[in-house]
Amino acid sequence: MSTLDTTPATEDLPAAGRPKPKSQGGGFGRYLLIRFLLIFPTIFILVTLVFFLMRTTGDPITAAQGGRLGPEALAELRAAAGFDRPIFIQYVEYLGQIATFNFGETLTTNRPVFEVLATYGPATFELVFYSLIVAFAVGIPLGLLTAYYRDKPQDAVFRVLAIYWYAVPVFFAGLILKLIFSVWLKWFPVAGRASVATELQIQAMPNKTGFYTIDAIMSGNPEVLMDVLSHAVLPAIALGLLTAGIFLRLVRTNVIGTLATDYVDAARSRGVGELRLLRKHAYRPALIPIVTVIGLQIALLLAGAILTETTFEWKGLGFILVEFIESRDYVAVQGIVVLLAVIVAVTNFIVDIIAAFIDPRVRY
Amino acid sequence: MSTVLDIKNLGVSFSTDAGAVKAVDDVSLSVERGEVLAIVGESGSGKTVTAKTILGLLPETATTRGAVLLSDRDGERAQDVISLSKQQLREIRGDDVAMVFQEPSTALNPVYTVGWQIMEGLRAHSSMSKKDARAKAIDILRKVGIPDPEHRVDHYPHQFSGGQKQRVVIAMALVLEPGLIVADEPTTALDVTVQAEILDLLRRVRDEFGTAIVLITHNMGVVADLADRVAVMYQGKVVEEADVRSLFAAPKADYTKALLAAVPYVGHGTVRAAERAAERPEGWAQQPPVVEARGLEIVYPGRFGREGFRAVDGVDLVIRPGEVLGLVGESGSGKTTIGRAIAGLTKVTGGSLKVLGAEMHGIREREFRPLRSRIGFVFQDPASSFNPLLTIGECVAEPLIIHGHAKDAASARTRVDELLEAVQLPKAYGDRFPHELSGGQRQRASLARALALGPELLIADEPTSALDVSVQARVLELFGELQLEFGFASLFISHDLAVVDLLADRIAVLYRGRLVEEGTGVEVLGAPEDEYTQRLLASLPVPDPIAQAERREELRRLREAV
Amino acid sequence: MTAASVTPAAPKRRLRDRLPVIHHLRQSVGLQRGMLVAGLVLLAIFVICAIFAPLLAPYGFAQRRDEAGSFGTQQPPSAEHWFGTTVGGYDVLSRVIFGAQTAILVVIVAVILSLFIGVALGLYAGYFGGWLDRVMVVVFDAIYAFPSLLLAIVLSIVISGGQSSLWGGVLAAGGSIVVVFIPQYFRVIRAETVRIKAEPFVESAKVLGASNSRIVFKHVFRNATRTLPLIITLNSAEAILTLAALGFIGFGIEPTAAADWGYDLNKAQSDVTSGIWWTATFPGLAIVLAVLGIMLVGESLNDLADPRLRSRRRIAQAAGEVAQTSVVPGGTLAAGPGGLGGLEDGESFDEHGIEVKR
Repeated sequence: MSTLDTTPATEDLPAAGRPKPKSQGGGFGRYLLIRFLLIFPTIFILVTLVFFLMRTTGDPITAAQGGRLGPEALAELRAAAGFDRPIFIQYVEYLGQIATFNFGETLTTNRPVFEVLATYGPATFELVFYSLIVAFAVGIPLGLLTAYYRDKPQDAVFRVLAIYWYAVPVFFAGLILKLIFSVWLKWFPVAGRASVATELQIQAMPNKTGFYTIDAIMSGNPEVLMDVLSHAVLPAIALGLLTAGIFLRLVRTNVIGTLATDYVDAARSRGVGELRLLRKHAYRPALIPIVTVIGLQIALLLAGAILTETTFEWKGLGFILVEFIESRDYVAVQGIVVLLAVIVAVTNFIVDIIAAFIDPRVRY
Repeated sequence: MSTVLDIKNLGVSFSTDAGAVKAVDDVSLSVERGEVLAIVGESGSGKTVTAKTILGLLPETATTRGAVLLSDRDGERAQDVISLSKQQLREIRGDDVAMVFQEPSTALNPVYTVGWQIMEGLRAHSSMSKKDARAKAIDILRKVGIPDPEHRVDHYPHQFSGGQKQRVVIAMALVLEPGLIVADEPTTALDVTVQAEILDLLRRVRDEFGTAIVLITHNMGVVADLADRVAVMYQGKVVEEADVRSLFAAPKADYTKALLAAVPYVGHGTVRAAERAAERPEGWAQQPPVVEARGLEIVYPGRFGREGFRAVDGVDLVIRPGEVLGLVGESGSGKTTIGRAIAGLTKVTGGSLKVLGAEMHGIREREFRPLRSRIGFVFQDPASSFNPLLTIGECVAEPLIIHGHAKDAASARTRVDELLEAVQLPKAYGDRFPHELSGGQRQRASLARALALGPELLIADEPTSALDVSVQARVLELFGELQLEFGFASLFISHDLAVVDLLADRIAVLYRGRLVEEGTGVEVLGAPEDEYTQRLLASLPVPDPIAQAERREELRRLREAV
Repeated sequence: MTAASVTPAAPKRRLRDRLPVIHHLRQSVGLQRGMLVAGLVLLAIFVICAIFAPLLAPYGFAQRRDEAGSFGTQQPPSAEHWFGTTVGGYDVLSRVIFGAQTAILVVIVAVILSLFIGVALGLYAGYFGGWLDRVMVVVFDAIYAFPSLLLAIVLSIVISGGQSSLWGGVLAAGGSIVVVFIPQYFRVIRAETVRIKAEPFVESAKVLGASNSRIVFKHVFRNATRTLPLIITLNSAEAILTLAALGFIGFGIEPTAAADWGYDLNKAQSDVTSGIWWTATFPGLAIVLAVLGIMLVGESLNDLADPRLRSRRRIAQAAGEVAQTSVVPGGTLAAGPGGLGGLEDGESFDEHGIEVKR
């Protein structure tokens, strides 16, 4: 077989056309930088929004102590906390605090909000982590399956299931799970992150992390680990299935979209099997929008975590937030809300970078 | 010779929103080893559906009958593709028959390297080691003319140009040395000069690999260039089948005759243009021009402080009253940008552009708006240039209402009916919605809208490139008649030299934002001076196999001379 | 002349083909039709409960006693109280039915307000662009990415101090949902407007010299709002869930002011631990069914609106002897049945399957 000695392509330059949104060469570093810088306006906007919204109701001291103290005592307290100064000065001062990672002090317990985060954050992180495992393990494969079997019975069953998971409020799902598996069947504990004995054991550990799973592993006691894990099962399922429903729909829609593209047909015309087409050719390109949207679900996941924690008395940020709301400690509420805003902004940044990394068009 | 593909009484139906639609009806065809069979037809003729059937790639909404017998590579065994199981289909795809797609940028998976995609096909059919597959991938890339294949094998599709991507797609089809390659409009998405190179490559594939090729196309020039035998399809049926020379020399079916007559041929318009030039009254050239560009520059701003894209770079041109200037260029040449700048849709960033006496550089929309009634614009895509929620009548009445010639669509109706008649559309079409018209009808309605206020200047941006050949012929004819009747000056933008030649008094050739040549049809097409114009002209395949063979020689000489 | 001459004279579309839901119902097939019908039935029950609550419910939502005396607290389901009674001594069934009323009020307030504001801002920003557009995009994106429940909590505090009367509660819940939804409508309408603005038919209007207001209202607005029915259904579902969530964490409406499913669930929390199942199950199920109904309708509409997702009737080979009409108006066959195009660069689908340009 002789070589096809064709004239080398003369159109070597990439087709010049309308300016391309993503240019080539060195684009990734630039994208990273710009995306990173975008974190700050996001946080700034949310901080501003929350600050002014909370202040339209009056100052936190009045909200917390109103009715309990006389007007003079109130005024004294307000002056001491600086709430009697012009709102704009308070705002600038607050921004300055945020910049130094000072999110204020709770009114009821007089602890820095940042410390509240350190105490309760790990619990929320653990809950979100477990739920994500459930969501990924259930949502992604089922999404692929429904896309593959679209319009067949399998598709219909899982899609309705996905809508159902989404339609069930996470706290109701929690209550029902509790009722069935804890109260009636007694398979899992009713509430909390661990039983009292375990809790005490972990609190007594010298270098505890706050992440009970890690602490339990470090304790070297398999019973402790089992206890911690069994407490996590129901909350993780309640929150995980909600998220799994969303993932399923997302994967299904986007994979059906990529399954209809020419390159899937092209791969099929090379004799690539259907399962491989689904796994490699349809799923991977679909992953780019999926990851981006999953990033936006972090917000939903956190909202879900607040409700799940309340349902299962899981002592995380959401649980403590609701407690602060009930005691009208709005400095603490504001602090936690702003902290969560920072977490969301940073998570979205990381997710966008991952999405960009999957997409060679951005990477190169 | 042995038969590679034998299609017997193939019928394909689709279920659509509008009910069942029969796309292919009782089609029988056969292809011999080392032969190029062209299936020609316009949209809706069923040619693409026939092609997809050969690989068993029809969507689930399709039902098929008849037989598609495909021989394996050694010609020992023939299988009916229609009755094969999924697994059997998988085995023949790539191995016995492969496909080249229309749009190379969508036929390659953007998230994998081209090497990965080539190797995947190899390893789907044999237990080849990764190393061997890679060596083979590099080898095949070299054979299809990708420079530096050892390095390029690890590149992603977006790092290749359009023509190179199509070479990669062909490499993928070739790598398992199938007996048959189905090429579905393989050059339609490419520029003319690139098209010529891809056609060369396909010819070599046939000659040197002995591969049979089923070439699906609507372009008679491409057929003349590459095909050995031709099947003409119309509304799902094969209306004529013949070898390429006799088909072009003596077409038998009426449809084939009509189709061939509709194909524009470079050089046919020069006589007419010369006549028109001779008839011009004295002093015509001294009239103030309708459009005058001097050193026109248009730069699209870059994002995030990147350098902008220079779409138009120092162009001088003039359009005088009643004159048709044809603007020709390939993608990225800036031709559309110039048209948009004249219509005030794109900002001029440098030089001078005078339209109807107004300087467009730095003009405000408010100042320009009164002039708009004197300019008409016809867009490329007739499907999207009408508001889908308004009737054709309402759309055509828009300019009348906007410029105060009518209060509403109802009171403009008489004028609208006149306009529709002028573009040879029945009056009743005014009550229809755009999606209820065919492409050609919509483009005529588009002309009616552009002419509603009797403009002095009409900008037509590729008005026929989305249309079938026979429809294009009618629209071009109409355009010529209307120009004569209304006497407007016109900027006619196209990528097709033959189309421009039909209508233009003068032709301007753009290349990467620069004007490389300008003159009458006789000058530019008869004796092009610029090297690019020469190459562009020689690359354009003519619908005549004998003449085309000569032109191919000419192009080869030009390339070697570079 | 080929294509033009064979296109059959298309009759004007009949009314039943133009009404959105009815048209979709006629168009749907098999499983999709099943989902749509199931959704419509659930939705109908929900709306009927809301409108005729006083007639359907055996007792008032704030009623604790009748002629026979006090209902008693935490009574299991019985002939008098089909769904039992709550810890506060209310009839569960009555509160479930009246809850539909509150929920629908919140949905209406939330959707209408956010619709008007979001659509207006989205149209403006998408069409005119400029610095105001950029600022709005950054602000709304920030809000969009933020946990909506947290924002709703903050707004609930602001609006009502976190409690109380029917309208106070409805407005608090509705208002906080509005602020959360505006960014969603804004994003969708803005993206659509930006897309439509680049369509030749809008450019054509511009070339004709049409004023901006004419272009926006005549050409952009109606085309940009075609996806709205879908988003409205999805947001209605979300509004009910948000209302329930607010009720659950203590921003509910007092039982004497209105029936609030979320509030009842909050109060039922401790019941569950002691095995009292009816106080939580029924209000919870009411939420689930209402949301499920709306979601099923929305999902079906979405599928039917997207040619890539729509399933079609299967046909027999014998059918379709209609080669003469095989010129499909508006496109070639190759693009018709297989589904249109692929995933364009930068286009994706968000969790609702709504196209999102980013």
